[in-house]
Amino acid sequence: MTTTLPPSSAPVDPDRPAAFAGTHVLGEPGQIDADGVCAWFGGRLVLESVDLVMEKSKVTALIGPSGCGKSTFLRILNRMHEVVPGAQLAGSVKLDGIDIYGPGQRAMETRRHIGMVFQKPNPFPAMTIAENVLAGLRFSRISAPDKNDLIEESLTKGGLWNEVKDRLGELGGALSGGQQQRLCIARSLAVKPRVLLMDEPCSALDPTSTLRIEQTIKEIADEVTVVIVTHNMQQAQRVSDYCAFFLAEENQPGRVIESGRTGMIFGEPTDQRTFDYVNGQFG
Amino acid sequence: MAIDLDTPRAEPQHVTPTPIVVTRDYSTPDRIFRGGVQVSGAGVFVLLVAIGSFLAWYGWPAFKTAGWGFFTHSGPVTPGSSSGFGVLASLTGTVEVAFVAMLVGAPVAICTALFLSEYAPLKTRSSLIAMIDLAAAIPSIIFGLWAFFELQPNVVGFSTWLSRHASFIPFFKVSSPPLNASIFIAGLVVGIMIVPIVASICREVFSLAPAGEREAALALGASRWQMIRTVVMPFARGGMIGAVMLGLGRALEETIAVSIILGGSYKVTTEILQHGGSTISQLIATNFGSGGQLGLHDLLLCGFVLFILTLIINLAASAIVNRSRSGAGIDL
Amino acid sequence: MTTQTAPQGVLVTTTSASTQTPSSTRPPDTERGPAGGSGSGPGSDEPPTPPRPRRLPSPIRPSSFGAEDVFLLVASAVSALCLVWIVFYQLTSLSGGLGFLVAWYLTFLALTWLGTAQVIERQVATDRVVGVVVVSAALLVIGLVLFIVVWVAYKALPSIHWGSLFTKDQKNFQVADPNALRQVGILHAIIGTVEQVLIAVAIGVPFAVATAIYLNEVKGFGSRTVRTVVTAMSGTPSVVAGIFIYSMLILTHVLSYSGFAASLALVVILLPSVTRVVEEVLRVVPSGLREASQALGAPEWRTVWSVVLPTARSGVVTAVLLGVARIVGETAPLLFTAFGSQVINWNAFSHDQGALPLVIWSDVRQAQPVLIALAFQAAFVLMSLVLILFVLARIFSRPRGRKGGTRRGDSRPVEDDLMARMFVPVPIEESTDT
Repeated sequence: MTTTLPPSSAPVDPDRPAAFAGTHVLGEPGQIDADGVCAWFGGRLVLESVDLVMEKSKVTALIGPSGCGKSTFLRILNRMHEVVPGAQLAGSVKLDGIDIYGPGQRAMETRRHIGMVFQKPNPFPAMTIAENVLAGLRFSRISAPDKNDLIEESLTKGGLWNEVKDRLGELGGALSGGQQQRLCIARSLAVKPRVLLMDEPCSALDPTSTLRIEQTIKEIADEVTVVIVTHNMQQAQRVSDYCAFFLAEENQPGRVIESGRTGMIFGEPTDQRTFDYVNGQFG
Repeated sequence: MAIDLDTPRAEPQHVTPTPIVVTRDYSTPDRIFRGGVQVSGAGVFVLLVAIGSFLAWYGWPAFKTAGWGFFTHSGPVTPGSSSGFGVLASLTGTVEVAFVAMLVGAPVAICTALFLSEYAPLKTRSSLIAMIDLAAAIPSIIFGLWAFFELQPNVVGFSTWLSRHASFIPFFKVSSPPLNASIFIAGLVVGIMIVPIVASICREVFSLAPAGEREAALALGASRWQMIRTVVMPFARGGMIGAVMLGLGRALEETIAVSIILGGSYKVTTEILQHGGSTISQLIATNFGSGGQLGLHDLLLCGFVLFILTLIINLAASAIVNRSRSGAGIDL
Repeated sequence: MTTQTAPQGVLVTTTSASTQTPSSTRPPDTERGPAGGSGSGPGSDEPPTPPRPRRLPSPIRPSSFGAEDVFLLVASAVSALCLVWIVFYQLTSLSGGLGFLVAWYLTFLALTWLGTAQVIERQVATDRVVGVVVVSAALLVIGLVLFIVVWVAYKALPSIHWGSLFTKDQKNFQVADPNALRQVGILHAIIGTVEQVLIAVAIGVPFAVATAIYLNEVKGFGSRTVRTVVTAMSGTPSVVAGIFIYSMLILTHVLSYSGFAASLALVVILLPSVTRVVEEVLRVVPSGLREASQALGAPEWRTVWSVVLPTARSGVVTAVLLGVARIVGETAPLLFTAFGSQVINWNAFSHDQGALPLVIWSDVRQAQPVLIALAFQAAFVLMSLVLILFVLARIFSRPRGRKGGTRRGDSRPVEDDLMARMFVPVPIEESTDT
C-alpha cells in the first residue's frame, strides 16, 4: 500500500526491482535527526532535550552510566517507547527528513525502516531458524522473490550462516546465546531497514560472541546505519564512529552532555564530566 | 580419618569427605502440629476415595442388573423386563449440551481473555477482571432463572429462524414446534456460564507470554494481532487447551441451570433445536425423591459415572497445563 | 536545582541547546551537544551555575487510533446496517431480531476489513477487525453479567413486601388470597442458608487451612499426591457431593435429611477451593519472614501461627469470603441433603430445612405468580449476598499500604488470581514445587 516514507533517490537494484515494492528501496542506509527529544514515564521526566544526528552509514554509540536514558532514547527512535503504558515523549525524530511522529505516520511502518536488536536475544522459539529470519517479511507482507537467497544473505551478514546452514529447519530456541543474538541480527536485517538500533546487544554474551558481533556491526555499517547503546567503553571505541555521552545527574533527567567523533570524545572531550566518565572515574 | 605422621609419606592420602547427616529434631508441640496437618492432608485424600467408593458401592446393583446396556440403551426400568435402566438419551444429551456450550463459550472466552490481557487499558483492567470473575460467582440457579424467563423467549425466535433457513445442517432440523426447553437453549446458557472459567485461565496464561518475544515482534513491524498470533498464542497453547478442557468439564456437570430449562426425555435425538432433552446431571437432580422413575441405585450409578468423567477431564487438563510452556511459567 | 516537571509553556530563556538547524548537512566534526542543564556534575569543582530554566515542550502520547479510524468504523457500521436491512426486508423473507443482529455484526466486520484494507493496508485491516471482535466479545460478556444482576433486582423489587419477606415462611400460602404476598416470606430459607453455610465454614475452613499449611509449609512426603487430590476434588460436580453425603450418611441412617447433612455436602465443595486459595496466599508470604523466625529459634508451629498466618491474614479472610460466596448459591447438593422445606426449621440437625436456592428451585416452575414472585425475591436476596461477599473480598484482598502482595514483580495484583482460584477448578502450578 502507500508508503509514507519517500523512497530514497539512490538507484534501485536492477536485480530486485520488485522485491520490496511499495515500501522502500533496499540497501540504502538512512540518517536520523533527533531534535529536542524528551521522554516521560508516568509523569516523570527521564530524558530532556536530546539533539543528536546519527549519520548515515556510520555507527553511533550512545554511552554513559546505567539509568541515564540511553535505552529510552533508543526506543524513541523506533517508536517502541510508546508501547509502555504511561510513557510520553516530545520533540521530533526525523528519518531522512520525515518526522516519524508526524500526523498520519504509523508506528508499524516506522519499525520496518528502523529495526532493533535487544539486550536479551529473543528469537521466536516456536519457529525454525529459517522462519525466524523471514518473520519480519511475513509481518510486513513483503514478498521476496527468492526466500532462500534472502535467508542466506541475512544469515551471512549476521555472521551465522556457516554455523547453521545445514540446520535451518531447527527451532530458533535451540541455539546458544551468541548464536541466538546473531540470529536476531539476521532477522532484523532481512527486512533491509535503513537504521538498526542495538540496545546493549552483547551484554548478555560471552567475549567470543561479543567479538563476533562487533565484527558484524562493522561489516553491516555500509548498508545500514547503526546506533548502539553500550556501557562498555572499550566496545564503543572499537566499533563506533561517533559517540554521544548521556548522563543523568542526581534528581535530574538524562541529557546528552557531549557528542562527536569517537576519537575526540575519548581523546579530547570538552566537558569535564565526559572526561571523568571515559577515564573510568565513575559509572 | 587420621593421617599417620610416623610412617614416611610416599604420597598424600586422598580423603573423600563424607557429609554429616543432619536429622531434624522436632519438639513435641511441633510433632503434634505436623501430625495434625498431615492428618488433614490425608483426610482430603480419604475423602476423595470415599466419594468414589460410596458411589460405586451403591451404584453397583444397578450396573449388575443393566450391564453395559446401561450406556447403550435408553429408557426407564419397565416392570417385568429384565433389562435395567438405560441412560443413552441422557448421555447423548450431555454431549450435545456440552458441544453447544463449547462452540459458543470457548471462542467468546478466548476473545475476552485476549481483551483483558492485551487490549484493556491498564487503569480499568482490574475492575474488568473483577466483573468477569463475578460472572463465575453468580450461582447457577440464577443463570437458570434468567435463562428460563429471559433468554428462552428470545432464542425461540432464533431457533425458529435457524430451523427454517439452516435446516440443511442436520442438527437444525426439527420435527415439530414448540422449540423451547431445547438442548440448544440449555447449551447456550451453559456456554455463558463457562466463559469466566475459560477466560480466567487463558488470561493468566496470556499474560505470562515473555515480554522479550513480544518486543521482538513489534520491533519487526508486527501489528498487535500479528504479535499475539506469533508470540502469545503459541506460548499459551497448552494453557488454552487446558482451559477449554476445564470448561468442558464444567459444561458436562452443570446441573441446575440445565434442569430448569430441560424437561427431561428418554428419546435419543440429534435435533438440538427441538423441545425436550436430558443430561445425566439433570436426570439425577429431577428424578430424586418421589415421583421419579429412577431407582436409587440407578441414580447413584449415574453419579459415579459423572464423578469419574469429570475427574479424568480435570486431571488431564491439569497435566496438559502444567507440562506446557505456559503452565510451567518458564521463560525461555 | 530546577524541578523536572516544569509546566508546559513556561516561557523562559532557553539554554545554549537548540542552535542546530534541522538540515542534515551539519558537519559532524564540530558538533557539540548541549551542555546540559544546571547543576554541577560529579568531579567538577566549579561553583554551581544558577539554575537556567528552559522551555519544556508538552508531552504527547502517539496514538494509533485517530479520527480517521473512528470514521471508518462508523461508516462500516452504518453501511452494514443498510445492507442487511435491504437484504432482510426487501429482497428476501428472512426475519427475526436475533438473526438480524447476527447478520449485521458479520457484515460490519466484513465491511470494516474491506474498508480498512482499501484506505490503509491489509495488515492494519486484519488487526482492526480482530480488535473489534475481541472488544465486542468482552463487552458482550460484561454486558450480560451486568444485565443478569440488574435483571434479578428488576424482577424482584417491585413485588417485595419488606415486612413479610424476612419474617414469614411459606406455610400460610393460599392460592386465592389476594393478599398472598404479604402472608409469605422467605425467613425459613434465610435461616436455613445461614445455618448451613455457617456450619460448613466452621468445619471446612480449619480443615482447608490445615491442608494448605500441610501443602505449603510442612510439605510431607505425600504432599504431591495431596495436591493432585485437591485439584481433582475441585472439579467434583456439586450434585455428586450431594448424593455422596446422601449415600454415605442418609441412606445408612446415620443422619436424616437435615441442614447439617447439607453443610457436610457444602464442605466437600468448599474444601478444595479454599485450600487452593489459602495455599496461594501462603505462597506469597516472603520466605525471609519464615527464615527470620526460625533463626530466632521458633519451632515450626510457632512460625506458622505467629508469623505466616498473621501476614496472610487478609488473604485468608478473602478466601473465607469467597468460599462463602461459592457455596451460598449451591443448589444441587441441597436437594439430596436438606431436601427443602416450606416452614421454618431452626434445628439444623434434624428434619428438612429450607434454603434460598431451594426456594427458587421449587417455586420457579410453579404456576402461581405469587410463588414465582417469591422465587425472584429469594433470588434477589441471594444475588445481593453474593455481591456483598464479593465486594468485601475485594476490599480485604487489597494489600494495605505496602505493595508486598504482588507476585512475580509485575503489576498483576494477587487479588485477581484469588478470585480465579476460588471459582476455577485448576490453578496454574508454580514451578517451585518440592
